[in-house]
Amino acid sequence: MDFISLKKEAIAEWNDLVNGSVPAILVGNATCGRSAGASSLIEKLSSKISSKNIECKVIEVGCIGMCYLEPIVSIYNPGNPHFVYGKVSENDAEKLIDAYLINNEIVNENIIGTLGDTKLDNLNGIWETSVLKPQERLVLKNCGIIDPTNLNHYLAKKGYSGLQEAFQLSSQEVIERIKESGLRGRGGAGFPTWKKWQFCKDQQNDAKYLICNADEGDPGAFMNRSLIEGDPHSLIEGMIIAAYAIGANTGYIYCRAEYPLALERLRQAISQAEQNNLLGENILSSGFDFKIEIKEGAGAFVCGEETALIASIEGKRGMPRPRPPFPAVSGLWGKPTIINNVETLASVARILQNEPGWFSKFGTEKSKGTKTFALVGKVKNTGLIEVPLGISLKEIIYEIGGGVSADKKLKAIQTGGPSGGCVPASMIDLKVDYESLTEAGTIMGSGGLVVMDEENCMVDVAKYFIDFAHKESCGECTPCRLGTKQMLDILEDIVSGKGTMEDLDLLEDLGKGIKNGSLCGLGQTAPNPLLTTIQYFKDEYIEHIQNKRCPSKVCKDLIYYDILPDKCTGCHICFKVCPVSAISGYPKKLHKIDQSLCIKCGMCMDKCPDKFSAIEVYPGNKIAED
Amino acid sequence: MERSEVLKQFKPDHENMLNILHALQNNNSQNYLSEEDLKIAASYLNTTYSHIYGVATYYTMFSLKPRGKYIIRVCNSPVCNMENSTKVIEEIKKNLSIEVGETTDDMRFTLELSECLGKCEEAPGMMINEDVVGNLDNVDFKSIFDNYN
Ligand SMILES: Cc1cc2nc3c(=O)[nH]c(=O)nc-3n(C[C@H](O)[C@H](O)[C@H](O)COP(=O)(O)O)c2cc1C
Ligand code: FES
Repeated sequence: MDFISLKKEAIAEWNDLVNGSVPAILVGNATCGRSAGASSLIEKLSSKISSKNIECKVIEVGCIGMCYLEPIVSIYNPGNPHFVYGKVSENDAEKLIDAYLINNEIVNENIIGTLGDTKLDNLNGIWETSVLKPQERLVLKNCGIIDPTNLNHYLAKKGYSGLQEAFQLSSQEVIERIKESGLRGRGGAGFPTWKKWQFCKDQQNDAKYLICNADEGDPGAFMNRSLIEGDPHSLIEGMIIAAYAIGANTGYIYCRAEYPLALERLRQAISQAEQNNLLGENILSSGFDFKIEIKEGAGAFVCGEETALIASIEGKRGMPRPRPPFPAVSGLWGKPTIINNVETLASVARILQNEPGWFSKFGTEKSKGTKTFALVGKVKNTGLIEVPLGISLKEIIYEIGGGVSADKKLKAIQTGGPSGGCVPASMIDLKVDYESLTEAGTIMGSGGLVVMDEENCMVDVAKYFIDFAHKESCGECTPCRLGTKQMLDILEDIVSGKGTMEDLDLLEDLGKGIKNGSLCGLGQTAPNPLLTTIQYFKDEYIEHIQNKRCPSKVCKDLIYYDILPDKCTGCHICFKVCPVSAISGYPKKLHKIDQSLCIKCGMCMDKCPDKFSAIEVYPGNKIAED
Repeated sequence: MERSEVLKQFKPDHENMLNILHALQNNNSQNYLSEEDLKIAASYLNTTYSHIYGVATYYTMFSLKPRGKYIIRVCNSPVCNMENSTKVIEEIKKNLSIEVGETTDDMRFTLELSECLGKCEEAPGMMINEDVVGNLDNVDFKSIFDNYN
C-alpha cells in the first residue's frame, strides 16, 4: 500500500476508535502499569467482556506519566463522555463494565478526569488537572494515548509526516531546521544537535553511522524507557531523519538489557517500519536507504558514554577512549558517527512534523523546547513529566508533583544523576534550564529529578552517589578508579563518626583532582554530588564530624534508639524481635535497650505497636551522652 | 537448543558479540556462560578465548558460574537506597536463606544486586528475570517468590 492510502486507513482506524460505535477500554501497560498489575487486569477485562457478551475493544497503551496512579484505565463509551481512572483494581474494572458500559451510569470512584471534547461541570478534563496542566507534552504526546504496537495509531497522530517533510528538503535544509529549532542534546551535555550533525555531514567517507543511545543508566532516570515503551515509532522516525541529514545508511539502537519491554517494542516497531517501506531501501521513494539494528547492553553504566558505547558495539569491553577525535569524525569502525539520545531523536521527529518556529516557541532564550523528567523520591506524584525549559523547580515539585510526600519539609533536589548535584530547598525558585542549573552547581543531565526531604541525610546521599561512581568506574584511568574509592573511604569515615575537619578540605581537593584528571565524563563529573552537598550542606557534615550526630537520623553509627518510659507498657514485643537480644525487660514492666549491644536495625521501633509508639530514634550517641 | 543453532541466528561479526553472549547465556539451562559457551563463541567470531573472557567478565549481566532459573536483581542505586533498599535486601536474603551472589539449593533463585533498573518511581525496586516489581518496602516476599516455580 502506498503511504497516502496507509495514512488514510490509519486515520479512519483512529477515528473509529475514539468516535466509533464500539466502546473501548485502554489500559496503561508499560513497565509501571505492569508492575501495578495491568497485565492481569487486561485478562480480567477481556474475560468479563466475553462473558457478558458485549462488544468492546481492549487496548494496551503506554504510560501517561502518572505512574503513582497505575494501573490507569481510559474508557471510550460511544455517545457518552470518555473517562480516565487511576489505581483500578480488578473489582473496579468489573464495576466499570457493568455500571458504565452496560448501564451508562457514571462511576465516580478513582476518577482522574475526562478525555476528549466532553466537559462536565464537576470534573476536569485530564489535561486541566494540576499534574498535567503545567506540562507541555511535545515529545510524550502519544504516550498513554496510543497503542504503541499499532503503527496506524502513530500514523494517525501525524506520525512519519516529519519524515515526509524531511524528504522534501535537502539534507542541509534539514540541519537548518534543527538549528532553527534550538534543539540541544537531551542525553546530558546539551550540545547543539545541528552542530554535531553538521560536523558529520561535512565528512567525506564511504560509510557513516547513526547510533541512538538508549543505555539510560542514571539512578533516578527512566524517561527514555517510558518514551520507547509508549511511542517507539517516534524514535524510529527521528532516527531516519537524522540519518538522512548526516548521510548514514546504517543505524543502531544501543538499549540496555534491563529494559526487556522497551526492546520488544523496538523490535516490533522496526519490523512494522520495514514492512511499510519506512525502513529499508528507497524509503517512501526518496532514493534514501536506511536500516536499524538493535544492540543490547549487558549491565555497564559507562557504556552510556559515547566512546565506550562504540567500543561495546565493536565487540570489545565497553571502555571510553580520549577525545578528540570525536565520533562525528572517527567513530564506529573508524567511520564518522553520530550518537544521539532517545529524547533528542524523538524531538527531531516532532520538530519536522510541525512548522518552523514551533519548537522554539517553548523554553528560554538559550534553552529551547521541552524536557522530560523522571520525578522521583520524596514527592507525592512520582512519574514521568515533560515541561517547557525555564519552568521553576517549585512548579515542578509543588504543582505537578503535588508537594513533598507526607507533607514533610523539602530539603534538597538532585538533578543530573551521578554527574549532577544537589541544590537546597532555599533554591526552589531556580529555573530549570541548562544555564541556570549549571550556575547553581548542578546540571540538567538526562532528566532524573530526585526530591529529598528532612529525613534524607545529605552525607549519606553523597556517599551513595560516590559509591555508584566507584562501582561503575571502568578502571581504566587512575583518578576515577582510585579517586572515587578514596572519596568513598573518607565518607565512610564521616558517617561512622571517624571523620575530621581536614577530611572536608581533602574531599574538595580530591574532587577537583578527579574532575580535572579523569579520562571520560564519568570521572569528570563523579565528584559533583559530593561537592554540591559540601557546598550547600556543610553544617550537616560538621554535625557528623564534630558532634558525632546525624541530624536526619540515618547514619547508624551516629544515632541511637531509646524506649520512652512514659509510653512503654511492657508489651514485650520489642524484646522478642530484637535480633541481638539488646532489649531487656519483663512483661508489663518498662523495657530497656543496652546501647552497647544495639545494632540500630530499627526492628524494635518498626514492631512497637502504633498505639504505644514507645520507641524513638535520636541523633547522637547515648553512651557518650550518658 | 544446540549451541550451533543459537549461533546461526547471528552473522559472525564482532558487532554481534554481546547479542551472541546473551543468546548463549539464555540458552544455557543454568543461566550462565560455561567455558564451552565461551570457546564456541570465540571460534565462531574468529577471536581468542581470552578476548571473549575479557568481554564476558566486564559486563555485570554475564555470569561465569551456574545460576538459578530466576535471577533476582535488587536495585541498590541511590534512589532505592533512600527508600531503604538495604533493608529489603536483608529481608530477601532471609527469605531465601542465601547471601547476595548465591543461588538457592533447589537452583530456583540467584540473588544479585543491580544498579538503577529504572523503577525509581516506585522505589525500592527489583527485577525477577524480565518482570519488574516495585514498592518493595511493603510486600510479602514469600508470596511473590511462590509465583516463580
Ligand atoms: C558515564 C556516562 C554515561 C552516559 N550515559 C548516557 C545515557 O545513558 N544516555 C545518553 O543519551 N547519554 C549518555 N551519556 C552522554 C553521551 O556520552 C552522549 O553525550 C549523548 O548520548 C549524546 O547524545 P545527545 O547529543 O543527543 O545528548 C553518558 C555520558 C557519560 C559520561
Ligand atoms: S534507583 Fe533503584 S530503580 Fe532507579
